[in-house]
Amino acid sequence: MMLEIEELSVSYGAVNALSSVTFSAQPGAITAILGANGAGKTTLLRSISGLVKPRSGSVCFEGEELVGKTVENIARRGVAHVPEGRGIIEELTVEDNLRLATLWCIRRRERQGAIEATFELFPRLSGFRRRHASTLSGGERQMLVIGRALISRPKLLLLDEPSLGLAPLVTAQLMALLREHTDGTDVTVVLVEQNARSALSVSRNAVVLNLGEVVISDTAAAVAADSGLRHHYLGF
Amino acid sequence: MSLFINITLDGVSSGMIFAALALALVLIFRATKIINFAQGAMAMMTTFLASSLLAQGLGYWWAFVAALAIGFVLGALVERVLIRPLKGKSELNPVVVTIGLLVVLEGIAGVIYGNASRGFPAAYSQSGLTVGRSKIAFSHFDVFIVVAVLVLMIAILVLFRATTLGLRMRASAFAGEIARLLGVRVGMLLTLGWALAGVAGSLAGLLVAPTSSFSPYYMDLVLVYAFTAAVIGGLESPVGALIGGLITGLCISYVGGYLGSGLQPLGALVLLMVALMARPEGIFARHSVRRV
Repeated sequence: MMLEIEELSVSYGAVNALSSVTFSAQPGAITAILGANGAGKTTLLRSISGLVKPRSGSVCFEGEELVGKTVENIARRGVAHVPEGRGIIEELTVEDNLRLATLWCIRRRERQGAIEATFELFPRLSGFRRRHASTLSGGERQMLVIGRALISRPKLLLLDEPSLGLAPLVTAQLMALLREHTDGTDVTVVLVEQNARSALSVSRNAVVLNLGEVVISDTAAAVAADSGLRHHYLGF
Repeated sequence: MSLFINITLDGVSSGMIFAALALALVLIFRATKIINFAQGAMAMMTTFLASSLLAQGLGYWWAFVAALAIGFVLGALVERVLIRPLKGKSELNPVVVTIGLLVVLEGIAGVIYGNASRGFPAAYSQSGLTVGRSKIAFSHFDVFIVVAVLVLMIAILVLFRATTLGLRMRASAFAGEIARLLGVRVGMLLTLGWALAGVAGSLAGLLVAPTSSFSPYYMDLVLVYAFTAAVIGGLESPVGALIGGLITGLCISYVGGYLGSGLQPLGALVLLMVALMARPEGIFARHSVRRV
């Protein structure tokens, strides 16, 4: 089932952050949301997960309206939102960060198994399991938030700038992993990125935002091929 | 020497009570970054209700448990009805509301029970234990105070450290937004935090009442001492509340024993200033910067 956003408008006071945004994201594929700073990318993700209340419009996932539902109830419908930068809970251990995401969706007896499976996916984290998450490096923190998002077996994964502050090699590994967990599954991924080039390389579809409005919503290949668009909005 | 020992023992027993009320302040501060100035008045109210139940002929322990249960409900109600609507508004609002609640609760208690001090029974004998040939200033009731507060502390620590409910509570307190994104019902857990603080406060109220002049204002000074204890302990750490409580209790007791009991509140103020100058973030604080 897909994610359908229709005529979504969000304003902060007198400022319009999103104006009549309409697009849809398919399951089993990554949809990239691109655009410059202040284009409304983060606001878009925050309104899907319920952190921001839209002024008007609809967010429909699996045929169900999400607008008006609480953040925790949207999460419990299988929507995992990895916010930009500070997605880990620094005061908790690495293992407790993961465990927290299993509490509502995985049976008590199966939780430890799911945690171990995540450590197998990210062996580097395994050695730090009892350490406070605040001691992790930028790359390790990103592994932890991605692992924590995947552990709840989400149906819709919202990622806000996962490559921020990461070395290019780590970003490439992360993107490959993301694709591995999306292709051929029924998971819908919405990926917000400043780094348009790397996002387009893993995405099937792309939406370009500018000042809160959709410039184009098309296949990633078509967006990447349009040199004028690339030059004007994506900076490469 | 025996004077020193007796003053020390007295400090331990009152320090444990300060620790219980400090724990209540800590439970709320770490979850909502609010100092609940009404915590002492809420404890006063539940203790007065316990005294009403005792007057109706209910047994001591039933009244004791009832006061803790009422403290739980009162804490939850205050959070839901008075504190939650202030979310996202000025940081000064909760300060004004909790001070207002303090005044209202003391006023209500004054109207119902009168402002004169009265007696409240202790669970056990308050006459000093005999060690060897001499009597010390530590009674069966003091032993009960120490045990009851330790049991409460251990129960809270086990809840936080060893249960998934505690994990959710910690996550809600440290990073509410992220916890919500992980499906944690943060609002409910914040209410639970206030409710547990209500229990800890009620326990302090029940333990103070027999040893002080039990009136609608009997918790005011205890709140000042508990606040001192909580700040020394870093405002966010239950263990810090315990240690801070003991330090405050001992200091107050030494000041009272050697300099005169009239100087005790001043002693607490000096202690608070020294502690804030020496280590502004508190002994057990994890963060170096804190807004109060």
